[in-house]
Amino acid sequence: MDDARQSQPSAVREHDVRQLAQRHLGERGALMPILHEVVDRLGYVAEEDIPVIADVLNLSRADVHGVVTFYHDFRRTPPPARQVQLCRGEACQSVGAEDLYASVTSTYAHAPEVEVREVFCLGNCALGPSGLLDGRLVGRLTPERVAALVGAESSS
Amino acid sequence: MTTVWVPCDAAAVSVGADEVADAFAAAGATVRRNGSRGMLWLEPLVEVETDGVRMGYANVTPADVPDVLTGSAESIGAVEDHEWLTAQKRVTFARVGVIEPTDIAAYQEHGGYAGLTRALAMDPAAVVQEVIESGLRGRGGAGFPTGIKWETVRSASADLKFVACNADEGDSGTFADRMLMEGDPFSLIEGMTIAAHAVGASEGYIYIRSEYPHAIATFRRAIEIAYAHGFLGQGIRGSDLSFDLHVRVGAGAYICGEETSMLDSLEGRRGEVRAKPPIPALEGLWGKPTVVNNVISLATVPMILADGGAAYGSLGFEKSRGTSVFQLAGNVRRGGIVELEFGIPIRDLVAGFGGGTRSGRPIKAVQIGGPLGAYVPPEQFDLELAYETLAENDAMIGHGGVVVFDDTMDASAMARFAMEFCAKESCGKCTPCRIGSVRGTEVIDRITGATDDGVRRTQLTILDELCTTMAKGSLCAMGGLTPMPVRSALKHFPEDFGITEHADADASAAAESAGDIESATEATGGARP
Repeated sequence: MDDARQSQPSAVREHDVRQLAQRHLGERGALMPILHEVVDRLGYVAEEDIPVIADVLNLSRADVHGVVTFYHDFRRTPPPARQVQLCRGEACQSVGAEDLYASVTSTYAHAPEVEVREVFCLGNCALGPSGLLDGRLVGRLTPERVAALVGAESSS
Repeated sequence: MTTVWVPCDAAAVSVGADEVADAFAAAGATVRRNGSRGMLWLEPLVEVETDGVRMGYANVTPADVPDVLTGSAESIGAVEDHEWLTAQKRVTFARVGVIEPTDIAAYQEHGGYAGLTRALAMDPAAVVQEVIESGLRGRGGAGFPTGIKWETVRSASADLKFVACNADEGDSGTFADRMLMEGDPFSLIEGMTIAAHAVGASEGYIYIRSEYPHAIATFRRAIEIAYAHGFLGQGIRGSDLSFDLHVRVGAGAYICGEETSMLDSLEGRRGEVRAKPPIPALEGLWGKPTVVNNVISLATVPMILADGGAAYGSLGFEKSRGTSVFQLAGNVRRGGIVELEFGIPIRDLVAGFGGGTRSGRPIKAVQIGGPLGAYVPPEQFDLELAYETLAENDAMIGHGGVVVFDDTMDASAMARFAMEFCAKESCGKCTPCRIGSVRGTEVIDRITGATDDGVRRTQLTILDELCTTMAKGSLCAMGGLTPMPVRSALKHFPEDFGITEHADADASAAAESAGDIESATEATGGARP
């Protein structure tokens, strides 16, 4: 995530979010696609985005706030440089996902640029433990493989 | 120039298929990207095509590429003759892994759009009748007869009707929907189009979970191609049928796999469960009659229309007609997609196809049907995999996922996890699920931490009552079925909860009340939460 996106002046951000939301106005159930696009393009849903989206869709701020906070994907803080999501579903647990999660979490506990989060099932249940590394699906994970992938990509 | 097939399926990509494909391209080969054959332990499974025969090479890495091209690498033989595939009955998955997923010409050469062509020449009521005759039941887990649901929507009068496909495949151990969307997306588009014709719908929505970025990309591409070839949009293939299809992406909420939560989410709201009635068939999306079906149910419809309902109905076991797409997952040596007629014993699937555990240790249990499914011990491996057989034994088939655990599994930890998962993913609308799941983790902690049998006995009674409350009082199957893995773990593995012989009576009392679960399944009409 580049810094320019995170430190965007709020007037510019408001303009962007409004334009983006207006492009979805013709769609049924436009709020979810709008929120996805905000996260894809701006990294997260900021508090100041909520009244803008509510205004475009003619919804209450409470309605938009309720939807943003219901879903795991609509993050409300700027994303860190690296995102590691590890599956804790039963299938991955059967091949050691809990130990992997504990190990990776502790490895990056003091690394603010690496965020480790749990996820429940990535549909890669025969090749676990599975994870998403900056959104890329990886299977047959070990603590060493996670470290190599995080290390390899941060130096590239 | 040599033609090499390298799967583009997410599972294959997760173990390096893209790098392998790049290496073949760099070496001058013609690279084609198929879906996965479903033999996932062999991925990346590369196929080199010579004179129409595709020879397989397993677990290929970029370093193996020169040897594969010169033929000096060891081959597993012609992939289509592999006994793991020849022992199956591929119907819904017939094309997955064979063709390039978004090659609409190849789709038609392999039987695609024959079903729609026939359906468009038929009266909608006759199309519905064909689906009823096939005996197809909802593959999402609830097992409701698809044709009956369609008839309800067809006979409802409304200015607008919808077809909604539930592709929020959140159950751990299941990946058939994903592999179908990535490997043969047109079959799903065709199935939804047939449904639209049958019930009089003009718009369709497919709700794909955000955890499936490959499936979303492939499906969106397939929709564009279908429009370009006149298989979607106005006047499909010269008929009166107009049908527009839209992709909507989930946002990381497991509960949105429950059909009414999914409908709320599609409408742009919090994915909270709706009380039924009204049923979605009459008041679904935006209050209009809506067909809601799982990916596999809809993707099976083209074959039913092409070959006739009777052909599909001739397959299967008792009231479970047709084939089931099983997904072998977890600690298993040979994991992947096994499509068979219903009725195969658990043992044949797990030991036969699966080959036992990946760790080489003895199997302790399998969990069938996702996080809300029962843990089944080896003593019950003679049970046939079918809707009723499993239900009669306090288990369920769910979406067909079978997760294998070796003897290092701690059943009390899995029971606690079931409650923890429910607490995290509950939509929060009803109290038994929202609060009961939190209390459930606490009670299980007290049971496993109990210092004497008296304390343990008290807590087991509380757990039993809690499970009954959740099973009978929850609004949907998420809270209603969370007791199923908990009770099955307790029933089959009491020793993991620290239960000695003295406390046996109480443990079995808690575990034996599993009849509640049956009523939960019936009340909520769904196994998938």
